[in-house]
Amino acid sequence: MEFNQSTIHELQEKIKNGSVTASQITESVFSRIDAVEERVHSYIRLMKENALAAAKKADEDIKKGDIKPLTGIPIALKDILCTKGITTTCGSHILHNFVPPYNATVVEKLTAAGAVFVGKANMDEFAMGSSTETSWFGPTRNPWDLERIPGGSSGGSATAVAADECIASIGSDTGGSIRQPAALCGVVGLKPTYGRVSRFGLIAFASSLDQIGPFTKDVEDCAIMMNVLAGYDPKESTSVNAEVPDYRQFVGRDIKGWKIGIPKEYFIEGIDPEITAAIQQAIKVIELCGGVCVDISLPHTQYCVAVYYIIAPAEASSNLARYDGVRYGFRAADVRELLEMYKESRRQGFGAEVKRRIMIGTYALSAGYYDAYYKKASQVRALIKKDFDEAFKKCDVILTPTTPTPAFKIGEKTDDPLQMYLSDVFTISTNLAGIPGISVPCGYSTSGLPIGVQFLASHFEEGKLIQIASAYEKNAKIEKRRPAL
Amino acid sequence: MDFETVIGLEVHAQMLTDTKIFCSCSTKFGGTPNSHTCPVCLGMPGVLPVLNKKVVEYAMKMALATNCEINKSCEFARKNYFYPDLPKGYQISQYAYPIAEHGYVLLDVNGEQKKIGITRIHMEEDAGKLIHDEHNPVSYVDLNRTGVPLIEIVSEPDMRSPEEAADYLKRLHEILVYLEICDGNMEEGSFRCDANVSIRPRGQKEFGTRTELKNMNSFRNVQRALEYEIKRQQYLVENGGTVVQETRLWDDAQGATNSMRSKEEAHDYRYFPDPDLVPILVDDAWVEKIKADLPELPLAKRERFVNEYQIPAYDAGVLTADKTLALYYEEVVKLCGKPKVASNWLMGDVMRFLNEDKRSIRECPIKTESLAEMIKLIDEGAISGKMAKEVVEDMYKTGKSPQDIIKEKGLVQITDEGELIKTITSIIEANQAQAAEYRSGKEKVFGFFVGQVMKATKGKANPQLVNELLKKMLAG
Repeated sequence: MEFNQSTIHELQEKIKNGSVTASQITESVFSRIDAVEERVHSYIRLMKENALAAAKKADEDIKKGDIKPLTGIPIALKDILCTKGITTTCGSHILHNFVPPYNATVVEKLTAAGAVFVGKANMDEFAMGSSTETSWFGPTRNPWDLERIPGGSSGGSATAVAADECIASIGSDTGGSIRQPAALCGVVGLKPTYGRVSRFGLIAFASSLDQIGPFTKDVEDCAIMMNVLAGYDPKESTSVNAEVPDYRQFVGRDIKGWKIGIPKEYFIEGIDPEITAAIQQAIKVIELCGGVCVDISLPHTQYCVAVYYIIAPAEASSNLARYDGVRYGFRAADVRELLEMYKESRRQGFGAEVKRRIMIGTYALSAGYYDAYYKKASQVRALIKKDFDEAFKKCDVILTPTTPTPAFKIGEKTDDPLQMYLSDVFTISTNLAGIPGISVPCGYSTSGLPIGVQFLASHFEEGKLIQIASAYEKNAKIEKRRPAL
Repeated sequence: MDFETVIGLEVHAQMLTDTKIFCSCSTKFGGTPNSHTCPVCLGMPGVLPVLNKKVVEYAMKMALATNCEINKSCEFARKNYFYPDLPKGYQISQYAYPIAEHGYVLLDVNGEQKKIGITRIHMEEDAGKLIHDEHNPVSYVDLNRTGVPLIEIVSEPDMRSPEEAADYLKRLHEILVYLEICDGNMEEGSFRCDANVSIRPRGQKEFGTRTELKNMNSFRNVQRALEYEIKRQQYLVENGGTVVQETRLWDDAQGATNSMRSKEEAHDYRYFPDPDLVPILVDDAWVEKIKADLPELPLAKRERFVNEYQIPAYDAGVLTADKTLALYYEEVVKLCGKPKVASNWLMGDVMRFLNEDKRSIRECPIKTESLAEMIKLIDEGAISGKMAKEVVEDMYKTGKSPQDIIKEKGLVQITDEGELIKTITSIIEANQAQAAEYRSGKEKVFGFFVGQVMKATKGKANPQLVNELLKKMLAG
């Protein structure tokens, strides 16, 4: 097996026993990139020179016996994370030339843990999308079928892991942007509790929903990544100062006697029958592991998409106001006065989906409409959160499909925003409630497309998610395939 | 027609914290453009605000000093609008849930106390500044001021004249400076005021259409702008016109207000709770702690001065207008024990010198000990009031003690009876005719003799003693 196909924990062993160097791992990743990147387009920007230098430095550390949790591990960063001195675009023309003078807190943490950064991964513009088709830098393709989308918005982060163009990657999840592409690309993706991982340096889409999380090749790697990412950050007011457990301790533990909530609202008409079959199979595996399934109800589920598409655009309309051409980023040429500069810079700088959401959000916050839209949505959001609070009195973990269908074709939904929005129907509620969720591969469709199962837990119970996902992964024995690229 | 004026004021006061409200940049005025900035106050992508707790405490101080109720929970909201001096495209302010509400300030209107209601006090960040090139069609943005903490104090429409408005502003200013939470510098914009003004026929209950006035950067300009605007509105109404709801800018040079934007052009700020900040929870213990730290406020000090020192309310008002002046006064009184005399010297000569040199009491060269000592010397009769005038001026100029000055100038008063009797005897002898006149009842001549004695003693004779001796000796 090539080094680039390995997991973090496998490579750590090899690094420790001296059978591989960090430079060799990084080189294997870049040779894979040379072979497949043109077809997949996981990255907006590669950082080969930096990566090779970092790998060399890692090898020196290894020689000295200084081996940190991610020493020498090539990691891809979604291009929504600010990287000091390295262009950070958020998939947008308006930031195509923006070079941050600071690092996101997670970038600092990963650096301190010894990670080697491979590049900045492609994404839907400002994380607005479910297919990575809205990127100004062109779409990313699903390695399992290059005619299909990889999901989004963290599509590049998902494909980079799935196509072995890195060992693990970082994405962000506002309504499913980690879990949905993880499911469609056949990798593990975790969205932590709101407040668990610092948002400082994460370019904001919807501040009350955004959360950073990892993509990995297996559940143990997910635990390793969470050990590095989680923790309080004084630079963020919504960061929660709660104890961070060693997530790796949850790997391999059994779930005997756990109550698994099966919410009836997530098993509805319109789900692809192959997804339903895979999820039914996953439920059986969980029962074999000793889990006891209980029927639960999340009665306000039907409002999730509507609530999300008011709150997220409302926050976005304000968060994206700073892109005005005055201080950084794209500024339209040949403008004569201020208003024209604003209008032209934003007209030329933003793509259609971003403009659509800015307009929806601006409308929802306008005088005379605020109460009917934003305020009402906030009230329903509180009810959605209450649904979960009630549900977690009856069960330890909730099990649902991650997506209603496997990966769809490129271009299939770009003209139908509503259909596109519905591809996040099972992941949005998690962000509205602020709880953590994980997507784990649970099989393939007959045409060979990956399918994911989602587990949800109560606030700060990422440990439970790792535990059940690890138990499931171990017992489901899903055939390990690699995309034929 | 007889009109009544209705005025409400919105005051922005810059808080005297060392660092900005949501980042650790300096709040110092001036500085090379954009030198007091960081990614947070520059509104760069992905950065987040963290609240400076001191701003909350300062706002609480002002709330308590103006009799407001402090809300147990308040939150920040985003005020959305585009302008190059506003890097995020929104200002972090407070909207639905401000830090404090329902307060008041007491004014003295024609000898009677009047309550001016305070609707609310809220915290917010300041915007930057635009600098327009005088020669080229280019504007520059300086974001040093961006994120400097402000509190906005919104009054009820309770003022009925420009004088009341100016008086209310002075009271607010005084309280802010007393609390040491604002330097009150109007020229540098640390204390700014917008006014809402309308007129209505006297007796009418409903308010008239109001206009909002901006750009008045002194107490005097606030009063002038209001006076102008009231006249403008009256003229309109009396001539069949109507007042339009709009924002108007005061032009100092022109002495007039000009329309800036109409109601229709007003922004829709799309306020909503800032998701990057959490609600601020204020418990009773915190309020009590702030309350315990409050200094004596101007009004209380004024009343205490009247009662404790038995000085007129006017004197108390002048002496407490500045906390340092009040402190200076109290030290002098403590040292000399003559409250009224101390007040006279301080408010008279000392403040005249300071005003002439545009100095504040903080820069006064006369030490409190020196002024107290001088007052004591007058009281003991060592120097006359007239001499003291010379001494105090010298003290101001040189910073020397009164004893040193008296010694240097030989200003010691002649209180030696024997010496004076000799002098008076010789003066009477030399002026027999006048002495006779006096004795025949022409008492006016007495002044002549006093003058002669003073001339002979070069003004050093103790005047009381001279009077006494002259009366006795002229009577024969």
